[in-house]
Amino acid sequence: MDAIVNPATGSNGGDELAGAAIIVEGLVKRYREVLAVDDISFTVPHGSFTALLGGNGAGKTTTIAMLLGLVLPTAGRITILGRDFATHAKSLLAQMNFQSPYADLPRRLTVRQNLTIYARLYGVKAVKERIAHVARELDLEALLDRPLGELSAGQRTRAGLAKAFINRPRIVLLDEPTASLDPDTADWVRGFLSRYAQEAGATFLIASHNMLEVERLCDRVLIMKLGRIVDSGSPKELLAKYGRTTLEDVFLDVARRGPLEAAR
Amino acid sequence: MTASGSLRRIGAVMLRHWYLIAGSWPRFLDLAYWPMVQMILWGFIQTFLVQQSSFFAQAAGILLAAVMLWDVLFRGQIGLAISFFEEVYSRNLGHLLATPLTIGEYMVALMTVSLMRTVVGLFPATIFAIWFFGFSLYSLGFALVVFFFSLIAFGWAIGLFVAGLVMRFGLGAESFAWAFIFALAPLCGVYYPISILPSWVQVLSATLPAAYVFEGMRAVLIEHSVRADLLVAAVSLNVVWLAVGIAGFLIFHRQARERGMLLQVGE
Repeated sequence: MDAIVNPATGSNGGDELAGAAIIVEGLVKRYREVLAVDDISFTVPHGSFTALLGGNGAGKTTTIAMLLGLVLPTAGRITILGRDFATHAKSLLAQMNFQSPYADLPRRLTVRQNLTIYARLYGVKAVKERIAHVARELDLEALLDRPLGELSAGQRTRAGLAKAFINRPRIVLLDEPTASLDPDTADWVRGFLSRYAQEAGATFLIASHNMLEVERLCDRVLIMKLGRIVDSGSPKELLAKYGRTTLEDVFLDVARRGPLEAAR
Repeated sequence: MTASGSLRRIGAVMLRHWYLIAGSWPRFLDLAYWPMVQMILWGFIQTFLVQQSSFFAQAAGILLAAVMLWDVLFRGQIGLAISFFEEVYSRNLGHLLATPLTIGEYMVALMTVSLMRTVVGLFPATIFAIWFFGFSLYSLGFALVVFFFSLIAFGWAIGLFVAGLVMRFGLGAESFAWAFIFALAPLCGVYYPISILPSWVQVLSATLPAAYVFEGMRAVLIEHSVRADLLVAAVSLNVVWLAVGIAGFLIFHRQARERGMLLQVGE
């Protein structure tokens, strides 16, 4: 079963919709003359890792922001966990969380204070225990009582991830989750994400430039270019389709030549 | 979305500001510093005027009451706007608004934080005024309660509108937080009766709840009477202004979402 619905491929079976945690239909975002997201449709199956892959300005961050209600779509419909996002946004957001390089946590507050605030906002029961758990999972125990502003970029990224998992989300949206991490820490974080997905059965949508990350984590890839989904499939399918050995080469082919020409 | 859930989320936003203020003694000191400085300055001016003028001798405390009540409006407005700006400065707004926190809950939280900041900031000045200048703001009695909430509600209305402007247009609109309130000061009749203003300016003043509060304050201190008509006018106008402030915040919030500002707004 192809889990990703793409108007270009016409794949949109009823079984797919039934098994989808996220359904996006005809999503458009226009900022005056700029068409940031151009009529995209896709589904993200329950418990899957799906990547939004694309260069700068491809529309990945705008898509994620629309899934969080931070940006209003110009047109289209978003269904999350079987409910219309436009009408159930706040109850759905209680089951979601995200991390983005475009949003920080207050740097004058300690990691523990930040996590306490977000635990309360998300209605987490047993706040102290939950903070202790995510701190242990993300190796933040020694940093809990330090202000965020005193931490390194990598430590702040881990604190941001702790916030993203504080409410045991069923849907996790991550925008460049390992961008500021050294290779060792990035690998360690990818391990954490895999473990969480297995334990919680959570659904991940990840916007990334990091092809290695996408190959390692994601079972589905949506390639975006100029606001459109130009191709989709599992990493293996895409490698076979383009006759390449790495997703980076596939990405470069699509970016430079376009999907149809590149796949010939 | 239950009532207890709403209270918990409002409390979480308040906790965020408590952590910020409690963790920084300069911020804590700043809350009380300016009201105290203002009160001392005007207290000495009043002491001088009492010696020179029978009017001020008979209306003891009129300038001190005016400056402290003005600070309720000013601190109420600035307290709300600054609390919002803190999220913008720290680029935390996107995180906050992608939680189950509703925009209504967020507005209530901002108003409550503003109330706390105003009370904490002004209370020491009122006590100092009793000790140093022998004037108690609390001598205004029940009217003080109406004056206080009328002024702070007017401050919230302006603060919400300014916060909305910053959400929609970015930090370039930050200076409106100070510009709006100081532009209104001459129209509110803080230190003088509205009747001395040109007639066309009086028309503008008549739309401001604060103008009725300061007229009412002078009625209490000079005529020793509580003017119910002024109190009713102030409260009624506040309903209108607060509705305008809330509507402005909601409209600017929607426009910010349409323009993708919520993730971008920041330093």
